[in-house]
Amino acid sequence: MINGISINYYLLLSAVLFIIGAVGVMARRNSIIIFMCIELMLNAVNLLLVSFSTLHNDASGQVFVFFIMAVAAAEVAVGLAILSMIYRNVKTIDTDVLSNLKN
Amino acid sequence: MLGYTITQWLFGILSFLSIMFALMVVFSRNPVNSVLYLVLTFFCIAGHYLLLNAQFLAVVHIVVYAGAIMVLFLFIIMLMNLNEDTEPQRTWITKIIAGIAGGMLLFVLVGSLKGTEQLGLASYGSSQIGLVKNLGKVLFSEFLFPFEIASVLLLAALVGAIMIGKKEIK
Repeated sequence: MINGISINYYLLLSAVLFIIGAVGVMARRNSIIIFMCIELMLNAVNLLLVSFSTLHNDASGQVFVFFIMAVAAAEVAVGLAILSMIYRNVKTIDTDVLSNLKN
Repeated sequence: MLGYTITQWLFGILSFLSIMFALMVVFSRNPVNSVLYLVLTFFCIAGHYLLLNAQFLAVVHIVVYAGAIMVLFLFIIMLMNLNEDTEPQRTWITKIIAGIAGGMLLFVLVGSLKGTEQLGLASYGSSQIGLVKNLGKVLFSEFLFPFEIASVLLLAALVGAIMIGKKEIK
């Protein structure tokens, strides 16, 4: 129990948020939306790390979330640079059009 | 109120809102609306952090995600001039298959979570580890080396983003 809320509810909430992100990755074609859904999945995991950190009274989980945020910021910077370069060259970010490596 | 404490009410409302906004991120057709709903989702998650006594992470989450990352997303969408008309859509069959796959994944996860109820996890009262003072002590003693490595990572990402974003490398 964390402040009267069972850890199971946090597990359930994180699972639902993660799966919404996963469905978004599968169901959308816009690369930017897919990127945003990946951010959503990262946040679901972050929430679970923080809740377990509070449950066990251990600060390592929260420090780890801090590092995940730093890595996510770096990932977004590089990823959006790649996307803007792709848009400049191909004039689209539709994932179905960007299939040059397929053949 | 109906046998629930105020914390439990807040948890329920925040969970409902975060799941609703997350669904709207996936289902809204306009990319700009998706970004704005994702910002609202992040605010709800920051509220969850506050409920978990992780004040420092709540503030950092709002500053980094809602303040920096989502502005970057909005900026890129503005540069590409994306809107509802240019938005590519998958066929209905693909969307249904994605929904079924997600539902089955949820089924497996919830089924595996059912077994964790007997773990007998230790529970403590209101913890103080989320405060800036206590978290800073851990960050600058136990995790000092990873903290420095993170700065190198950010520098590498900075240089990489500039190199990729340049028009042509001479």
